[in-house]
Amino acid sequence: MISADGNALPNAAADEHGQIDLRSEFAEAGIADLLEGLDRDLVGLVPVKTRIREISSLLLVERIRKRFQLSGEAPTLHMSFTGNPGTGKTTVAMRMADILHKLGFIRRGQLVSVTRDDLVGQYIGHTAPKTKEILKKAMGGVLFIDEAYYLYRPENERDYGQEAIEILLQVMENQREDIVVILAGYADRMDRFFSSNPGFRSRIAHHVEFPDYDDEELLRIAEAILSRQNYKLSTSGRDALIAYIKMRRGQPHFSNARSIRNALDRARLRQANRIFDAKVPVSLSDLSTIDAPDILASRVFRGSEFVPKVEA
Amino acid sequence: MRITQGCFSFLPDLTDDQIAKQVQYCLQNGWAVNIEFTDDPHPRNTYWEMWGLPMFDLKDASGVMMELAACREVHGNKYIRISAFDSSHGWESVKLSFIANRPRQEDGYHLVRQERDGRKIRYTTRPYATYLPEGERYK
Repeated sequence: MISADGNALPNAAADEHGQIDLRSEFAEAGIADLLEGLDRDLVGLVPVKTRIREISSLLLVERIRKRFQLSGEAPTLHMSFTGNPGTGKTTVAMRMADILHKLGFIRRGQLVSVTRDDLVGQYIGHTAPKTKEILKKAMGGVLFIDEAYYLYRPENERDYGQEAIEILLQVMENQREDIVVILAGYADRMDRFFSSNPGFRSRIAHHVEFPDYDDEELLRIAEAILSRQNYKLSTSGRDALIAYIKMRRGQPHFSNARSIRNALDRARLRQANRIFDAKVPVSLSDLSTIDAPDILASRVFRGSEFVPKVEA
Repeated sequence: MRITQGCFSFLPDLTDDQIAKQVQYCLQNGWAVNIEFTDDPHPRNTYWEMWGLPMFDLKDASGVMMELAACREVHGNKYIRISAFDSSHGWESVKLSFIANRPRQEDGYHLVRQERDGRKIRYTTRPYATYLPEGERYK
């Protein structure tokens, strides 16, 4: 495994080619920065980060082996990301494209993000050209299929999704060096998708699971989002947000970081209204502070025993 | 008779690697790459049949090479050319065109003489292939 600073790397054992310095190889590839950025920018997700480190070490070693003609064929890099909504699957996929590009396993490094609508056509003969066009655009990079289980609709045997799946499988198998496919979706539905399409499961080398964030991680995410937009939380605002996260989690349609981002967007709206209605001159700090009333006005608190403090 | 149309036609046939490199050059310039085929090699026949749609927004040549392979499977014994269209304002025209596939045997051209009034002769050429109807040529 590669540590973030590259220090824990052992020097490769000597063989008939002499010493190989894995560390310089690692620095040269420039993925240390990427992995560090991953650690810095993404809160939590420890199993995912560990998995990405493992995959990058594997690819780095593979790259060195290739240089000494120790490995023949391109490794299978197709992946599946499973996890609840808002756990960072798309964000990680984008980083993955960067890592694969830096290591030279994909030539261009673009990420093409699609859903069922982009792949499956509406009438006979429409699907194959559509799927192929997307595949051609993604070649040399990563094709990210969000909510991949929608491709397969068992209740309709004439569904065109099956056609798209067949083309995908064929390209995934025959052009492994040209394209990397990442499937993403909720864990239980992906499991059902894989069990009805065994071809997919066997062609995917890496199954990565994204855990839910805990309350503290969500708070850190909220603070990161706000600081990126040059906002900050007041002390009471922070307490209100902690309470908000706890309440929101118990309610339906909770989607982790995405719920938090939406909540913050609404809080900014209320903050703008609040300082506008105050009809007094505002300071720079007023403009960039989210206070408790902005968050406590949320629907989430309605009908709860948590009584919002009314501030003067 | 080996026909010489478009770029590189006086060179030996390009290998697939060389074709891929040319296509990559086109894509990096932002040109849309087309695959066209014909069984009528007359130099004035400018409109060849298109294999699929023009390929916009590609990043890597392997997508074009996949289509070229598919086109060769069906039309492997015809002429196939790759052309690159620059859609930028002021150009809006084909910037590069080269033959990527030829029939196994190229028949060449028949020199046709037409006798006119006053012992005048008018010359024209006609590909031998076109003495057969479309679809029967280059079997």
